[in-house]
Amino acid sequence: MRRGSIAFWCGALVFLAAVFALTQLLQNEYPFFAGYVILQFVVLSVAWTILGGYAGYVNFGTNAFFGVGVYTAVVLVQVFQASLGVQILTAAVVGSLLGLGVGLLTLRMRGIFFSIATIALAIIIETAVTNWRFVGGAAGIQLQRPPVTAPFDSYVKLLFFVQAVLVVIAVAVTRFIQNSRIGRGLQALRDDELAAECTGVPTLRLKLLACVISGALISAGGAPAAMYLQYANPEAAFDLNYSISVLAMSLIGGTAHWIGPVLGAILLGTTQQFLQVTISSEVNVLVLGIMLVLFVIAAPRGIIGLVTRFAGKGGRA
Amino acid sequence: MMGATASEAPLLRIDTLTKTFGGFVALDNINVEIRKGERFGLIGPNGSGKTTLVNCISGALRPNRGAVLFAGEDITSLPPNLRSHRGIARSFQIPRPFRSMTVLANLMVALDFAAHGHLFETEQHRREAAMAILGRIGLAAKAFTPTTTLTQVELRKMELARAMATGPKLLISDEAMAGLSASEVDEVLDLLMSLGGEDIAIIMIEHIMQAVMRFSERVMCLDAGKIIAIGAPADVMANPRVQEAYLGV
Repeated sequence: MRRGSIAFWCGALVFLAAVFALTQLLQNEYPFFAGYVILQFVVLSVAWTILGGYAGYVNFGTNAFFGVGVYTAVVLVQVFQASLGVQILTAAVVGSLLGLGVGLLTLRMRGIFFSIATIALAIIIETAVTNWRFVGGAAGIQLQRPPVTAPFDSYVKLLFFVQAVLVVIAVAVTRFIQNSRIGRGLQALRDDELAAECTGVPTLRLKLLACVISGALISAGGAPAAMYLQYANPEAAFDLNYSISVLAMSLIGGTAHWIGPVLGAILLGTTQQFLQVTISSEVNVLVLGIMLVLFVIAAPRGIIGLVTRFAGKGGRA
Repeated sequence: MMGATASEAPLLRIDTLTKTFGGFVALDNINVEIRKGERFGLIGPNGSGKTTLVNCISGALRPNRGAVLFAGEDITSLPPNLRSHRGIARSFQIPRPFRSMTVLANLMVALDFAAHGHLFETEQHRREAAMAILGRIGLAAKAFTPTTTLTQVELRKMELARAMATGPKLLISDEAMAGLSASEVDEVLDLLMSLGGEDIAIIMIEHIMQAVMRFSERVMCLDAGKIIAIGAPADVMANPRVQEAYLGV
């Protein structure tokens, strides 16, 4: 456990150092432009797994939390010209409050009812933003990037590095939950909620906690998208494709371990970026669907399930 | 003087408890007290309200009227997890293990969230406590087995072990012997008897009469949501209403 933690943090440092080195060495902006999206999906998928994987509450409202992150950033820029760090932190706070609200309203529902409630939530928030003039309404809003500061020579590279930091934070939080009593409690309530309650697990409190943390991380991961695109409109920020992609990435990677959604997001995110350039962005969705179907049939426990099956032993609790 | 009154106070008191499902009265004005460490048998034909009563005690259901008092405290509106912390544990009629976990992890859930958690500060302590319970129940060899591969009797024992891991004062065993062979019934019964010897009150719901007779200090028979007899096992069995309702004589 302890040795595992040291290895984890060393890996995280090496990852951040490599990302930073790339931003200094590579001149071409495009790899960072594409890579940003992949890192963003890693954050979203890992965060989604806390509630959707560990607790088994399938959240279809990833786009709601993502869009709230984007529009929190938009509002902050409009009002205060707030810095990127402030945008992300505030988005995390707003996302956690939204998570709390969603949890209080919907967590007494189970299964498909919970999932439908989260879709409804996304639609409600999108409708509200669409009718909010101050942030541009349905037409959207143009945003001006502030001048980039050293050591980065382009804002996209800066955003790429920031998203890499968010990846480390999201994975560290999720890993902590997985290895703590919280993780075991969530796993127990996913397996059997009544049995968990009768065994002393405070199920409602754990579910709320999962909602809050998952929501905060998804909104934080979405906040930099405003500056990344220099433009925000409700249709794009609350695109249901975010929910579907994140769900597919997590399930294809496997939700029993935090590495699952990381692998799933890298695999699918890279495939998507590649297809987008070589064929078209519409084919993306098709490929996503086909991969999801293949995995659900052939490897219902995702890449992790495949690996542990071939390694011939069960995954770590 | 104080000690005497404390030991006489009932551990569990069910006070004018009524539970209805729509127009159907599942429990009708139930009054019963259970002492500390008592071995209490609960019988009755199918649909007589036994499991509903267990659900009202463990918190899975809220009664429409009446109260559940545990160690003098009104727990009628507490959720199951807080009742578990007060000392009420149960097994389920159809075993409900945490399927994605090993046997040991099932017990660890109980120890991780137990009210007496401070006694098991570290993961290591909790693991040792879990292993000790598994040793007593006779499942130590299965500690690292996934629950999906357990046999029926092992599942029943695992549920009892998990209930024990919560540190109960009252253990409710809901047909823990259903579907077991004669020797397995004896095994589980011995287990329950030994737990009863440790000041843990046990409510045993069972259809196997020899088991109920051998186990219980008192037996209560429910029929259509009403108590039709309560008292010493032999007296309850001899009661004509019990024989009519339950044994179909």
